Amino acid sequence: MAHQVSIFAENKPGRIEKLTRLFTEASINIRAITISSANGFGVIKVLVDQPHKAFEILRGQGIPSYLQEVIAVIMEDLPGGLHRVAEVLAENSINIEDAYGFVVMSGKNAILIIQVESQPRAQSVLERNNFQLLTDEEIYKY
Amino acid sequence: MYWEKEIETLDREQLTQLQSKRLQETMQRASKTSYYKKLFEQLHIQPEKISTLKDLQNIPPTTKEDLRSGFPYGFLATPLEEVVRLHSSSGTTGVPAIIYHSVSDINSWSNLVARSLYGVGVRKNDIFQNMMSYGLFTGGLGMHYGAEKIGTLVIPIAAGNSKRQIWFLKNFQTTVIHIIPSYALLLSNLIKSEGLDSSRDLNLKIMLIGAEPHSEETRQRIEELYQAKAFNSYGLSEMNGPGVAFECAYQNGLHVWEDAYFLEIVNPKTLEPCPAGELGEMILTNLNRQATPILRYRTKDLAYWIDEPCPCGRTHYRISRIQGRTDDMFIYHGVNIFPIQIDKVLMNNPEVGSNYLITLERKDLRDTMKVEIEIKPELFIGDLPKLERLRERIQAEIRSETLVTPEITLVEPGTLPTTEGKAVRVVDKRQL
Repeated sequence: MAHQVSIFAENKPGRIEKLTRLFTEASINIRAITISSANGFGVIKVLVDQPHKAFEILRGQGIPSYLQEVIAVIMEDLPGGLHRVAEVLAENSINIEDAYGFVVMSGKNAILIIQVESQPRAQSVLERNNFQLLTDEEIYKY
Repeated sequence: MYWEKEIETLDREQLTQLQSKRLQETMQRASKTSYYKKLFEQLHIQPEKISTLKDLQNIPPTTKEDLRSGFPYGFLATPLEEVVRLHSSSGTTGVPAIIYHSVSDINSWSNLVARSLYGVGVRKNDIFQNMMSYGLFTGGLGMHYGAEKIGTLVIPIAAGNSKRQIWFLKNFQTTVIHIIPSYALLLSNLIKSEGLDSSRDLNLKIMLIGAEPHSEETRQRIEELYQAKAFNSYGLSEMNGPGVAFECAYQNGLHVWEDAYFLEIVNPKTLEPCPAGELGEMILTNLNRQATPILRYRTKDLAYWIDEPCPCGRTHYRISRIQGRTDDMFIYHGVNIFPIQIDKVLMNNPEVGSNYLITLERKDLRDTMKVEIEIKPELFIGDLPKLERLRERIQAEIRSETLVTPEITLVEPGTLPTTEGKAVRVVDKRQL
């Protein structure tokens, strides 16, 4: 399983700067980042090469953070790549709560990160349909 | 469980008689002060004729401004050489209100504090860390003397310097602390960030919390954080300091020490007495103070009488916790709001951290009220919709408690201003 770190942040200048500074100092590499916000505050989600270490550093700073398992699925960077994943999940009535994707090799591979309510079930459904799920280390192999 | 069984459980009738007798003595002493002497002459009051508590109501209340106007010796009833200490109430500007104490005043005050502490279980073998300011403020010295009277080991560490507080808590395995409730909330974060666990590394049993109005929810949260019992302490420097009213082991209202104080609870506008259960301003009269007898002091503190007998067996009547002060109430969109109403809502939500700030502003002739709330890091689970629901829920709960809808913002822990003294919970920037 892959891990994602979520960080609570006020919608103010300097928040991403602080976060990335902490990661830089600890030689933590960021693969993906998303930000969503509402009413003056938001949640930053990052996919990093050392999620446990990142989480400990943030917690040590008193920054509200959360470490959780997410599904990282590799797909082809071609038209219809994402659709194939979505189709399987829809057929099995699995609702996607949050998702983001990034390309690792243009024209070849992309990685999709998904958060669903029932993680183990989604995992087995995807595996049964021959999707390859990645661990933290594997994400960085591509 | 009683420090002085006889007086604490005195029959109501005898207690009233004792109050009347002490009131007469107080009237005699008051007539020796230049302030009351002049007042009695102006109003044609004969002090010897004030012998019942009902008669007392013929005397106009004494305000803080009156105390100030009497600076320096207008309220002094004994020769200055009999005075062994003075305290002054926390005035931010101008002339302070000075309270003088004789040897017997210090003794009887210390005794009231000892009575209060003993009642909640403080004993000779306890280690008492007194985290209140010493000096002119009465919280520190007042509690110190009472605890010493019991024979407790007192650590007079005073307020502030959280790291040192934690060091003493841990290394002396302190069992009792005296602390301001808002500071207790902040200090628990620091204890955690030092890698300590209150229930494993500390040995706290009893917490005495006072000096600022706080809700039942705040108390419960403090008890959870420290795994200790927290008891509400009430006092004010004009009436000595701590030890005016104190919770007993039942934690359901505060017993007013009626052998030393006569309490009235009145409608702050009409000064008419409030029946039990009705919120009003507390007016206090000293019954046994020698050097500075004060009659009918308007405390500005709001509480109500509880008229049921307490299972602890003490006959001294109880009051509710302080619900606010007449001067900390603010008016927003025509509604009277006490900060404690908002405190109650916030402290009841586990996701809320230890600090919050209410800001009132006027923008384009319209008032706005913003409540900034620090979230608790441990309860963040990375979910924005959940935070949004928390924000909406708090907003709805405040609306149902106060009838107004504030703007709610969730903020990062440690970003709101903190103080090691009384917390500033409301900032009113409106220019009237």
